[in-house]
Amino acid sequence: MDTGKKIARKSPVADSPASAARRKFINSVAAAAGGGCLLALGAGLYSKSASALPAQALRPPGALPEGDFLAACVRCGLCVRDCPYDTLKLSDLGDPVATGTPYFTARKVACEMCEDIPCVKACPTGALDRQLTDINKAQMGLAALVDHESCLNFLGLRCDVCYRVCPVIDKAITLETQHNPRSDRHAMLLPTVHSDACTGCGKCEKSCVLPEAAIKVFPRQLAQGALPAHYRKGWEEKARHGGSLIGEQVEMPVRGFEGSTAGRSATETAVAPTAPAQPVPPPAAPKKPQAGLRSGIDSNWKP
Amino acid sequence: MATTTIPLKSDCAPARSLWQRQRWLILRRMSQLAILLAFLAGPWFGVWIAKGNLSSSLTLGVLPLTDPLLVLQTFVTGHLPYSTALIGAAIVLVFYLLVGGRVFCSWVCPVNAVTDAAAWSRRRLGIKTGRVPDANTRYWLLGGLLVAAAATGTLAWEWVNPVSLLHRGLIFGMGGGLFVVAGIFLYDLLVASRGWCGHLCPMGAFYGLLGKKALVRISASRRSACDDCMDCFAVCPEPQVIRPALKKVGQESPLILASDCTTCGRCIDVCDKQVFKMTHRFDQRSE
Repeated sequence: MDTGKKIARKSPVADSPASAARRKFINSVAAAAGGGCLLALGAGLYSKSASALPAQALRPPGALPEGDFLAACVRCGLCVRDCPYDTLKLSDLGDPVATGTPYFTARKVACEMCEDIPCVKACPTGALDRQLTDINKAQMGLAALVDHESCLNFLGLRCDVCYRVCPVIDKAITLETQHNPRSDRHAMLLPTVHSDACTGCGKCEKSCVLPEAAIKVFPRQLAQGALPAHYRKGWEEKARHGGSLIGEQVEMPVRGFEGSTAGRSATETAVAPTAPAQPVPPPAAPKKPQAGLRSGIDSNWKP
Repeated sequence: MATTTIPLKSDCAPARSLWQRQRWLILRRMSQLAILLAFLAGPWFGVWIAKGNLSSSLTLGVLPLTDPLLVLQTFVTGHLPYSTALIGAAIVLVFYLLVGGRVFCSWVCPVNAVTDAAAWSRRRLGIKTGRVPDANTRYWLLGGLLVAAAATGTLAWEWVNPVSLLHRGLIFGMGGGLFVVAGIFLYDLLVASRGWCGHLCPMGAFYGLLGKKALVRISASRRSACDDCMDCFAVCPEPQVIRPALKKVGQESPLILASDCTTCGRCIDVCDKQVFKMTHRFDQRSE
């Protein structure tokens, strides 16, 4: 409230209707601006905090990198509508995926990798990039065999389901043979994912026979490491240039491994020489020295 | 002749049929429902009329429609959408420029039914509490969401936009979005009369700006018959737009020219003297 003195000293029109209107106008503008900016700021901050893609949510094929995707996707759901297998879903407010954006969860419904990629064709904004015309080049995610302890193939069994269902079989997932040190006479066929061919369709995770999948598909940035850009692999460079780039190396003698044969485990070589020194009772003497995992199950069986 | 307790009751007027008293409301609800059904006929009955939602859609496999405000935000984030979205936005833009920006609010937007229900309940329950924000807040919010899009590089407003949340939820399934819609209903009911649509919604603000020169307008063409019952003021979602046309305040024309007018036609419905009518921008006739 302006006092009479103030009016007299400062402004003879301070209480005029114009001034009151001005004050009211400034007040209302300040309130509107404050309220508007606060709401917008809140929305901005919420969007920032809620834009992290959770580990098990995969974007449709051709999706731009997550940051660009959130700029381009208008959340219309046209990709969802044109997905013939109901793989894609739109997230809702409160879901861990950015509100209204399309995603799929491999364990629930995997991508069937349609050759004509209808979801990409449906996208009106380019959030799904139409430069992707070959579905085998899609990078929706990357499979990773995360649990070596429960994967049946790692236990030495022949499950192979993830390998068999892989639409890019023998390229995206191969079975790598490895000696099984537990039985010592079997091979483990280890499902091995190759990032250059894996599309992240999620079939392997979907089909994993375990109650909780041992192989899982993650957004690429979660599943993939990266070498420093300046690293060169000597063997690749050598192959490319038809010889070592730094000339012949001095061959140094390898000491301590004399007589060791390929394919035998380190324990064997390390333990075997000391075995005869042990106070072994005579009945054991004709047998081969036993060590580690081999004890008790070695029946001297040979194929 | 409204009483203060039930403002909409006019008892001295000649009886008008239910259709006459509710015509535009019914037409509007039918329009809103028809648009929703066009999107739902596909998932429900396998008849695909419109795919997508109000953010962007494809009708009958040929007609792309995109929310121009979303495309504007996309520009601000630095992404240039494909031509499908641009053509869709252009079609929508031209339509609302011609027909009337806020026609979207009253004839298309799904939140309209929610806030209308809140306003109706508020009148019926005689709730007078609360504090209404300044009507210009929506323009600041409109500016704010563009700034937020530029600053975050994402369509930030779409995380919380109740309009797209509700429409998407109705078509694709609703979860957390229900809380936002319930929040708006309660806000309009208890805190601010017509608070969301009339004061805060930045989409309404945007479409309002589009409709500055819109062709379809409501005219108080029989304003001489007005008996000052105030029914139209009580029911109008933007009551400030009526006075200039009805009472010749600052204009001679009987047309409601303010772009805040949503062309909902509710004033036509409630007026027993039939003062108002739906007409076009160049119709200056008045009795």
